[in-house]
Amino acid sequence: MAHAHKLEIFRGLWKFKSNTQKIWGVLAFLTLVTAIEVVLGIYKPESLMHTWLDPMEGGFFATLYNIILSPFIYMKPLNLIFIVLTIVKAYYITWDFMHMRDEKSSLRRMVVWTGVFLICYLIFILLQEGGYVFEVYNTDDALIKRDF
Amino acid sequence: MDTTVANTGTEGKTWGGGNKPLGASYGKMMMWFFIVSDALTFSGFLAAYGFSRFKFIKEWPIADEVFTHVPFLHGQELPMIYVAFMTFILIMSSVTMVLAVDAGHHMNKAKVTLYMFLTIIGGAIFVGSQAWEWATFIQGDYGAVQTKGGNILQFGEYVNVDGEQKFKRISIDDFAVPVTDVRVEHERKNGLWFVDEAPLPDYTVNEIYKGLEANPNILVRNQIINEEGEKTVLSREESLKQIKENGKLVVKGANLVVNEYGTSLFADFFFFITGFHGFHVFSGVVINIIIFFNVILGTYERRGSYEMVEKVGLYWHFVDLVWVFVFTFFYLV
Repeated sequence: MAHAHKLEIFRGLWKFKSNTQKIWGVLAFLTLVTAIEVVLGIYKPESLMHTWLDPMEGGFFATLYNIILSPFIYMKPLNLIFIVLTIVKAYYITWDFMHMRDEKSSLRRMVVWTGVFLICYLIFILLQEGGYVFEVYNTDDALIKRDF
Repeated sequence: MDTTVANTGTEGKTWGGGNKPLGASYGKMMMWFFIVSDALTFSGFLAAYGFSRFKFIKEWPIADEVFTHVPFLHGQELPMIYVAFMTFILIMSSVTMVLAVDAGHHMNKAKVTLYMFLTIIGGAIFVGSQAWEWATFIQGDYGAVQTKGGNILQFGEYVNVDGEQKFKRISIDDFAVPVTDVRVEHERKNGLWFVDEAPLPDYTVNEIYKGLEANPNILVRNQIINEEGEKTVLSREESLKQIKENGKLVVKGANLVVNEYGTSLFADFFFFITGFHGFHVFSGVVINIIIFFNVILGTYERRGSYEMVEKVGLYWHFVDLVWVFVFTFFYLV
């Protein structure tokens, strides 16, 4: 039983005197993040509603550019912010509430790497396929007519 | 056990056995295994949701227009507020849970009892809120007409809000004109005694069409999302034409078959994913109650360790973790 807690978050920027204090600190941080999400979700700033970059046309390097920068090319900045903030929240819930910070690195990697790898794979496969089906439905000569 | 295992002379070495490479007890490790597999189940659901959404990316319902209700604030459109409240409740109950675990480390029975109790209360409030959210979603608010192709046509009018033309939804109850030639619901006593029929919708498409004709300000909105990220509003002629030619069924609210908010898949995923999550919360509350009584009875005091509270805590935090993702992908993105 690990009774020793690591009492700092943000890489040591914020230090706590006791474990209880750290819990309240993390709560404050998670509440702040949720509040930011809610405010952005209600007001939807116009500047975040359109993608910042356009996909490049033609050639191998253009495709490579599209793949590498795909979060900025195909996703609204607002949605990107939401997803990043969600992962930040997930990190602090796992690390501080579930005490991942205090576990051995072997246990941490066993759980986190396995999960992250499989989930990324699953998301990639399904979203890729979903986009493909959309193309099939919406090309100019689509055989399937749904709009009636 | 000591008598059955011979000394090998490798004790304390890496492969000598007896050391704990993961530094966690069996129970805690198994809870982590379960959490990893359950996380994969949930990400499977959410990825499937993403698949269907990408498939119908141009016509998916806009969450801000669907989840607008807050209890006791009837008639006001307040998207996000209620789910934000639910999220906060769940995070809060996670905090009391982790405080209970911390008190357990200090063998402080009174504090563990108090914090476990607060956690259970938080979980119960969350499940209750989710039930209310479901009830509101199932009941629906404006109603719509489903076309032969399964698309949804909604109604509204343009109003002036601070000098800006805004499309405001109108409920079908407000404009439908009753027509007397309505088909009577089939019952066992007035028809075939061995056949049942589901209740008929409150209105027929004909009544809606009559109402639409009588109110020249009302326009029809279809599911297609336009350049501005809003649903397309049809012209007056097109509105009448669509209802007359393609209207098939009047829908109000949502269930697994029809859904007044748009694609029926949206409602299916909503019921399935939030339902599965709500079931997790419910079972978490039940397990928490069991542990709560064990704490009161002094089981862990006698055992000399409150590790069971920690294991249940892991599950409880995991439920919170899943909600963070459900919140993002259902209500925000």
